[in-house]
Amino acid sequence: MTDTLITADHGDETDAETARRALDEKTCGFRLCLISDAIIFALLLAIFITMARDTADGSTERTLFRLPRIVAETMLLLASSATFGFASVAAAARQRRRAIIWLGLTFTFGLGFVATEISELYGMAAADAGPWRNGFLSAFFTLVGTHGAHVSLGLVWIALLVGELAWRGPTPAAVSRLHRLGLFWHFLVIVWIGIVALVYLPRLL
Amino acid sequence: MLGKLTIDALPFYSGIAMAGALTVVCGGLGVAALITWLGRWRYLWSEWLTSVDHKKIGIMYVILALIMLVRGVIDALMIRTQQAFAFEPHGYLPPDHFDQIFTSHATIMMFFVAMPFVLGLVSIVVPQQIGARQVAFPFMNAAGLWLTVSGAALVMISLVVGRFSSAYWTAYPPQSGIQLSPDVGVDYWIWAVLLSSIGTILAGISFLVTIVKRRAPGMQLMAMPLFTWTALCTSILIITAYPALIVAATLLGLDRHLGMQFFAGSDGVANYVSLFWIWGHPHVYILILPACGIYSEVVATFSGRRLYGYAALIYSMIAITALALVVWTHHFLTIGSAADVSAFFGRAAPLIAVPTIVTIVCWSLTIYRGEVRFSVPMLFTLGYIVTFLIGGITGFLFAVVPAGIHDTTFRVAHFHNLLIPGALFGYFAGYQYWFPKAFGFRLEEKWGRRAFWCWLVGFGLAFMPLYILGLMGMPQRLNRSDVAEWQPYLIAAQAGALFIVCGAAFLAIQIAVSIRDRKTLAASSNDPWNGRTLEWATASPPAAYNFAAVPPVQGIDPWWTMKQAGTTDHGPVRFHDIIMPGNSSAGIMLGAMSFVFAFAMIWHIWWLAAVGGLGMLAAVLSQTFHDHAGQRLPASDVEAIESRRVISPALGREAPT
Repeated sequence: MTDTLITADHGDETDAETARRALDEKTCGFRLCLISDAIIFALLLAIFITMARDTADGSTERTLFRLPRIVAETMLLLASSATFGFASVAAAARQRRRAIIWLGLTFTFGLGFVATEISELYGMAAADAGPWRNGFLSAFFTLVGTHGAHVSLGLVWIALLVGELAWRGPTPAAVSRLHRLGLFWHFLVIVWIGIVALVYLPRLL
Repeated sequence: MLGKLTIDALPFYSGIAMAGALTVVCGGLGVAALITWLGRWRYLWSEWLTSVDHKKIGIMYVILALIMLVRGVIDALMIRTQQAFAFEPHGYLPPDHFDQIFTSHATIMMFFVAMPFVLGLVSIVVPQQIGARQVAFPFMNAAGLWLTVSGAALVMISLVVGRFSSAYWTAYPPQSGIQLSPDVGVDYWIWAVLLSSIGTILAGISFLVTIVKRRAPGMQLMAMPLFTWTALCTSILIITAYPALIVAATLLGLDRHLGMQFFAGSDGVANYVSLFWIWGHPHVYILILPACGIYSEVVATFSGRRLYGYAALIYSMIAITALALVVWTHHFLTIGSAADVSAFFGRAAPLIAVPTIVTIVCWSLTIYRGEVRFSVPMLFTLGYIVTFLIGGITGFLFAVVPAGIHDTTFRVAHFHNLLIPGALFGYFAGYQYWFPKAFGFRLEEKWGRRAFWCWLVGFGLAFMPLYILGLMGMPQRLNRSDVAEWQPYLIAAQAGALFIVCGAAFLAIQIAVSIRDRKTLAASSNDPWNGRTLEWATASPPAAYNFAAVPPVQGIDPWWTMKQAGTTDHGPVRFHDIIMPGNSSAGIMLGAMSFVFAFAMIWHIWWLAAVGGLGMLAAVLSQTFHDHAGQRLPASDVEAIESRRVISPALGREAPT
């Protein structure tokens, strides 16, 4: 076995190469996590669709959903997706301050989304249209609630990364984490578009 | 303060339940006392419990599987005893307790024996087979182990505090709903399943990325060992199938405790059945595929020949994986008529049979003209080939006969025929085959053979009568019967269960005898079986880093090729520093906190649930911002370790090909 072969193997590469490969693997693994997550959302959507007719006790969905609120939620989330994109660009260019500002905006939009969603769900529950009422509402609350919980988790994650950027700066590890958070955030926006298309719009239009 | 938890949760209702609880408590205290007496807590903590070494995690997975196997076998014996003697007088178990044992037997065997056994063997072997030093995500691997341990601990603690589910392992509503099961049994089932599912997904992701990203230079996908291939297929199935089980169990919990109405109507029940079997069907193959990989490795090694039809075997595994993901849709055909799932195994059988036959033909042609050594791993493999053919034929029967036998003991016999020889024998073969890899000495052969024959005979005696009983019309899950013709068969099945108990006992004796005689059983080389794949190129047991220098690979059976070419004992020209991840207590903390969290959720102790939840978050966060690659092992240390290692003689040069 010659020395060139040894240095070519992945165990004896330079530290920088090891670090780069580790980040590459983490991104690959995170994509797989998202696949599992996407399957969970797909199944919840499928369950929702099968339960959509289960409104036997007369709570009509037409009165439950309000178009302006759905539009506002969607705009907030789309805007947060855009600001996250700017944050990624800034972090890739090693502009710490800009990245933090854009992340802060993303956080604000995301918080607005979660707040709107909570007020929507709370309002429905208060009007005796809670998840216990019928199968349709069970499926609706679970689907939208799961998405909202994911967005909330994303908010915690954004806050932690803002802290890391402020503390340590845009190190390769931090930029890589920001990249994975971006995958997560944009994934949640895509899921939301699916929810709007399959849950809200058929009942509002 | 303590939620629903009161003194009534202790099992005073039955002497047998009390005895079970005392066994668990005394067993736990006994182990703790033994470790204290030996003064081994520090060693245990620093070398094992906090380790992120993939080999040690794999060994702990297998230990968990073997411990839970004992519990599962005892449950099986209790079921068989009840059915054998419950003619007219009521037997010794009340119906509700019988159903708890029935449920815990299946739950334990599926989630806490089969699954950890698979994950453990994959964790020990696959990184070495592909020439990697560590899995891609060591902490995730550890987290997967400890979440699974936490789920198993929930099932065990349900013997002592409260009770386990009696809604069977499939937990179909409405039996598992809050009206028919108001106690904590189903909640124990839900949380045990959720924790182990999440742990299994984490392990699956870790293995998939490891196999895709960390192969030795030159190891193409079509040069990977069969076991690695099946691990890859199983990981893909885990990542895609387990989310369905998480959804099913979560929605069941929401129905039970938040009054939701997912599974209230008959449509809802059909939804649950679909969700459950979207996971359940692939799960059968998640368990069987790695066993097929083990059989392939064992057949090639113990026949001393290159695997016949390597490519055909791999395409068969891929075909089985693809079929496993799509055949659950067959289930929609049966939902309308029969809400049970039995037909499902059957309807898939004709399709799955094609790749299955290909694998059996390939193994037979490898054995043919090979110089076969009938060691214990080979015995389990041959036992599988013979008995699985019977299982396959009964699968066909399911597809052709009317639905009358679907809810009978015929179905019980059929899936045990799939899962005992098809999966468990494979794990036993792998356990015997790779034991010297993990510990440096072989398992004693004589007791291994005795265990094999007990398992084989016991399996036949226990389940062949159930086939006959099924054809005679005996329903499954019966806790007593008044049909005199059934009883002789049930007594025969009881005798089979006793043989299996002996088989399990002999496996335990085998370990004890092997540890006692470890000097004489010590592998004369690192390669006791004259192996073919790369895991035998490392020391036995391997250094923490597996490979001081990762060998380049060309084609399949790289270690055999190196032995043929006489290039095995050429150490690297110079050594390099190796960076390995350091120990971490976050994995075991995550497991412990998840146990606290789940236990508190089951008993509605909200403050404790908050403590557990925050603890889990803290354990994860402590790893999230952890960027340092680990500890650097200087080249001089690597050289010292490698020079101590016994270089294995190149046996392959004399052996026939």
